[in-house]
Amino acid sequence: MAYADDVENEELHEPTGFIWKYVWSQDHKVIAIQYSTTAILVGLVALVLSGMMRMQIGFPGSIDMDSTAYYQAMTMHGMIMVIYLLTAIFLGGFGNYLIPLMVGARDMVFPFVNMLSFWFYLVSVLVLLASFFVPGGPTGAGWTLYPPQAITAGTPGSEWGIILMLVSLIIFIIAATMGGLNYVTTVLQARTHGMTMFRMPLTVWGIFVATILALLAFPALFVSGVMMLLDQTIGTSFFMPDMMQFGSQLDYSGGSPILFQHLFWFFGHPEVYIVALPAFGLVSDLISIHARRSIFGYRMMVWAIVSIGVLSFVVWAHHMYVSGMNPYFGFFFATTTLVIAVPTALKVYNWLLTLWRGNIHLTVPMLYSLAFIVTFLVGGLTGLFLGNVVVDIPLSDTYFVVAHFHMVMGVAPILVVFGSIYHWYPKMTGRMLHDGIGKLHFWITFLGTYLIYFPMHYLGFLGMPRRYYAYEDYPFIPESAQSLNAFITVVAIVVGISQLLFLFNLAYSYFKGAPSGGNPWRATSLEWLTPETPPKHGNWGTSLPVVHRWAYDYGVPGAELDYVPQTTSPEEVPVHESDHDE
Amino acid sequence: MDNTTQPTTSGMTGLIEDWVSDKDAFKNVSWGKTMMWIFLLSDTFIFSCFLVGYMSVRMTTDVPWPNASEVFALTIAGEHIPLILIAIMTFVLITSSGTMAMAVNCGYRRQRKQAAVLMLVTAVFGVCFVGMQAFEWTKLIEEGVRPWGNPMGAPQFGAAFFMITGFHGFHVSIGVIYLTVVALKVLRGDYEERGYEIVEITGLYWHFVDLVWVFIFAFFYLW
Repeated sequence: MAYADDVENEELHEPTGFIWKYVWSQDHKVIAIQYSTTAILVGLVALVLSGMMRMQIGFPGSIDMDSTAYYQAMTMHGMIMVIYLLTAIFLGGFGNYLIPLMVGARDMVFPFVNMLSFWFYLVSVLVLLASFFVPGGPTGAGWTLYPPQAITAGTPGSEWGIILMLVSLIIFIIAATMGGLNYVTTVLQARTHGMTMFRMPLTVWGIFVATILALLAFPALFVSGVMMLLDQTIGTSFFMPDMMQFGSQLDYSGGSPILFQHLFWFFGHPEVYIVALPAFGLVSDLISIHARRSIFGYRMMVWAIVSIGVLSFVVWAHHMYVSGMNPYFGFFFATTTLVIAVPTALKVYNWLLTLWRGNIHLTVPMLYSLAFIVTFLVGGLTGLFLGNVVVDIPLSDTYFVVAHFHMVMGVAPILVVFGSIYHWYPKMTGRMLHDGIGKLHFWITFLGTYLIYFPMHYLGFLGMPRRYYAYEDYPFIPESAQSLNAFITVVAIVVGISQLLFLFNLAYSYFKGAPSGGNPWRATSLEWLTPETPPKHGNWGTSLPVVHRWAYDYGVPGAELDYVPQTTSPEEVPVHESDHDE
Repeated sequence: MDNTTQPTTSGMTGLIEDWVSDKDAFKNVSWGKTMMWIFLLSDTFIFSCFLVGYMSVRMTTDVPWPNASEVFALTIAGEHIPLILIAIMTFVLITSSGTMAMAVNCGYRRQRKQAAVLMLVTAVFGVCFVGMQAFEWTKLIEEGVRPWGNPMGAPQFGAAFFMITGFHGFHVSIGVIYLTVVALKVLRGDYEERGYEIVEITGLYWHFVDLVWVFIFAFFYLW
């Protein structure tokens, strides 16, 4: 047959030798761990940078950091966290590991392309880090890289740093595209028998829709990157207007800086959901499993993910209310922004209703999931402030924005990353992570987050602007704000250092953790039903699993156990298709 | 074996039921073809952003835009013909789409020699296109058009021209290499067992590159 890909009868060629198994590996599980490790390591760089910035803000002059270094740290912190950590770990890490296992495939559809995806990602990270070592250092233009200042003399790194940043982003986009094509095709075409799309765990739905967003949103960043690169290197004027600097006219003429903002945010807003949708999906599964209760309103959850994905493409200019664009745009974009709160709130209600009367186990993944709901809710509510034009204008460029953004897009997804690592680590290694260290790490991180970001809302109301190197001698900022800044810094340093607990736990449990067995959480989805743990090359041994039900059969009346794996046949436990249609 | 729900409803609900209810979302479509379609969708967004960016700077620049039909005019045998080179380029590229379609047809009839020859003909048309584009670039550069400025008007004219046609020409060049490699493998008989769908997948890419050219032609040269 010319059409169908005959996966069932294909022979498995397991690679041999260390290099082919663990370095140039085409196995989705190894690639996932390569992606995650790289992302976490580069994330640590960004964490250290944020600690240095906090030291400068809380205790000015306490470390040797001038304003140039401050802006460079700020820019690199933002870009690394958003792109190179969160995007990479959700799509490249969890996407790679979980999609084939959860849909019952042996691997991604094109493993070689998948491998290339990781290596391109690694190169993009290296190019980015190389910018610390070029003349002038990395770019200090702010993570949004707005022209004209990003490529005008006077901005840190406007000569070499910005070039390396843009080149690195372009390489990252190529990597994300190669990976993304694999994820989408695998979900659409490589599911196992009986795994209909409405039986997929919500994790797969979240990553699937997020990947589609990535494939459609990254082109805008790619194009703006190419255009700015041309402006910087050969002197075109796409984004550069007629400008005077130091009394002389620059060689640019007639470009449109606001065009860059439109292109950037046409990517930038979907990017928020590229990170958030996988987190939504993962947390749905964590909540359902650790509350021993089927997810409430499965289909509604799927439609919410899809409609958030669609809406995310028509809200981008709410990042540009003060950019000087036509005010009528503001009205339109404020409306769409508030509309997107509807499916998002629906998801929060459904998580709560899943917990309601559930048998809640306060395991570490569950703690992180509960923390996510609370944090996401707080961050989402401040989003309603910023989504309205009239409220946003006085608040924009203050610490209120910093607090909102870090709550909703920084901390909330990171909590899901932690929870998910605690949840799936046993499948990756065969050992449990240490529970006590996990709980300690959780409480420091969770409470610390609130001690850091709650006061920032207040600083924002005081009018304290973001992105300033020093806050002395501004009459409108009361002196007491500085003591709050110092407090925030102390907590931030504690939380930052406490992340070592997590790294220690990962290393310690790999050798000393309690053996987990194949299905320690008594979960129903396919990745817990592999013949071996950790799964071998090809995942399923000789034959692919056959799926008979959705992934949320917990507490089914008449069933022997409180969970029914997806492979259990209807003869053993009847399937209630109506469960799927709540 | 499995109890997938049979679609019983009609309209939008039926469409969705049908789409989600089976193993493959697209029945009898191979992985490679699915992946190519999704890639092309993503690439469409890249070209759309390039074109939107070009239109946007064309509106913001305060210097008049050069008249494309004059800039791209050629004098052939004493006749001054506007846009003639671009017209020939467009004709060549659209012709190549025709030979590509014939190659796909031959592939499915398992006439592998004809399929390979037609693919190579398509590639030759592609080379002609890139050659003419190189000629056009040379001519404009000789007339003083640069990415950062030109004697005819707005500096963004040269910038957008070199960027967009360059990116498209790059796609055509990649396509020529892709076509040649696949054609040689077809000729060698590498696909006798698996079938000749690969010819169609290559064709999808090639038709896409042609289609993009039509939009560039309309928005850059005719506007």
